[in-house]
Amino acid sequence: MKTYDLSSDSLRELNQALHDADITASEREWRVANPNGAHNIACGLNDAISVDIDGHAGYYCAGMNQKANVTVHGNVGVGVAENMMSGMVHVKGDASQSAGATAHGGLLVVDGNASARCGISMKGVDIVVKGNIGPMSAFMGQSGCLVVCGDAGEALGDSIYEAHIYVKGSVTSLGADCIEKEMRQEHLDEVSDLLKRAGVETDPAAFKRYGSARQLYNFKVDNASAY
Amino acid sequence: MCGIVGLYLKNPELESRLGELFEPMLIAMTDRGPDSAGFAVYGDEYDAGVKLTLQSDDADYDWQALADRLEAAFGSLDSWFQNANVAVLKLASEEKQVLSWVAENAPDVRVMSAGQSIEILKGVGLPTEVAARYNLKSMRGSHAIGHTRMATESAVTLQGSHPFSTGLDLCLVHNGSLSNHNRLRDKLKRQGISFQTDNDSEVAAGYLTWRMAKGETLNQALKSALKDLDGFFTFTIGTRDGFAVVRDPISCKPAVIAETDDYVAMASEYRALADLPGIKEAKVWEPEPAKIYVWERDGAKVEAA
Repeated sequence: MKTYDLSSDSLRELNQALHDADITASEREWRVANPNGAHNIACGLNDAISVDIDGHAGYYCAGMNQKANVTVHGNVGVGVAENMMSGMVHVKGDASQSAGATAHGGLLVVDGNASARCGISMKGVDIVVKGNIGPMSAFMGQSGCLVVCGDAGEALGDSIYEAHIYVKGSVTSLGADCIEKEMRQEHLDEVSDLLKRAGVETDPAAFKRYGSARQLYNFKVDNASAY
Repeated sequence: MCGIVGLYLKNPELESRLGELFEPMLIAMTDRGPDSAGFAVYGDEYDAGVKLTLQSDDADYDWQALADRLEAAFGSLDSWFQNANVAVLKLASEEKQVLSWVAENAPDVRVMSAGQSIEILKGVGLPTEVAARYNLKSMRGSHAIGHTRMATESAVTLQGSHPFSTGLDLCLVHNGSLSNHNRLRDKLKRQGISFQTDNDSEVAAGYLTWRMAKGETLNQALKSALKDLDGFFTFTIGTRDGFAVVRDPISCKPAVIAETDDYVAMASEYRALADLPGIKEAKVWEPEPAKIYVWERDGAKVEAA
């Protein structure tokens, strides 16, 4: 295991080393000590390495991740795993706003709460939040799943496209064009699989499903000629 | 952008270290606001009258002469000291009389703060320079709030820097920008509130002053502010006994809070809290939008607006 201590080593060196890691040699496991809320830790990783961040991280932690497995032993600031393509990001504490924003793939797990705009414009990522999520989550979500074991704040799924939302607790309010939908077997299977991958033991049947009513302007074929 | 920080000490044994703990918090927010900085320190309480913090742009301003004139006029000057281009004076007199005397007889001097506990110090420059100018690290007290500014709505001047005084022992720091400040400023002027700048945050401070002059509590005034202020904001408001934090309803601007048995600290980003003692074991969380968080000597309160 290689260790970088951000109280003395530079963040830029750390990220460069992570980008250059040769996984055919013994550089698969990395540890980041004293992150102290620094921004952009472990961004743009592009290989199957494993990174443990021992403490609270700042903005855009593990952004643009591909293939790597990043675990944060603390909280994260704005935009954790934003634009992730693949791999897994696991936050042991809370996540600030815009967790998993615009992410195309991979799995983001938040053990605590995620605040506003969790999964905003998600494009294929799967997100499992063990606690609650804040307002305006999954806004314009296009694809992927957002599974919430706690409660969801205001305007959930506003202007959503085809992302799947599952919430076990209460929903303060649904956003424009977002409605509750029937839980069929395929949805129970989907939730069950994601809970298993996130290490959560809870009954998939306790979740409700939310998604697009497909009534907004862009869903109407009559408007197609406008483009 | 701007950065804001606040530190409230629950453990009185730490009061001698307030400045030493608070200065790195302010400096850590330099990236968010490198053009000016300021802070309000609460401590060294004076109950017999009013404590004034006055500032002059003239580095050679004769504060002794001003102190002598105040003593001649009121006969109640208990003590005073100079700190760089600022003087802190304690007078056993009524605050309004002293302030109107200053406005009339020393119009070139700015009143930074008035109260029993508060001292506001601020200026243009990097946070590290402003902190050094006033020797922040050696200051004692029960709590402090601070601001690092990246100007958006008005010029980079001392007058445009934060904190803004909003009444006796009250002040406000703001991260964000308000979109209805022009019209609101006109309205407040008609209600008798005066403004020194075109700054949006000064309007928020003036708004709170106005609401509380009408008899509202700080909590009520902040609830009204959530209705009447349009724009985005995280505010931290210093009071004689503690501080309050409130974020706009769509939480555009960041805030993080840390609490231990010894202190409550808030900052725009966790980076500013990372050097506090015991931070690794602290409870750290993000305050929710449109909720008013208050920490004071009689305990913590959280209210939905």
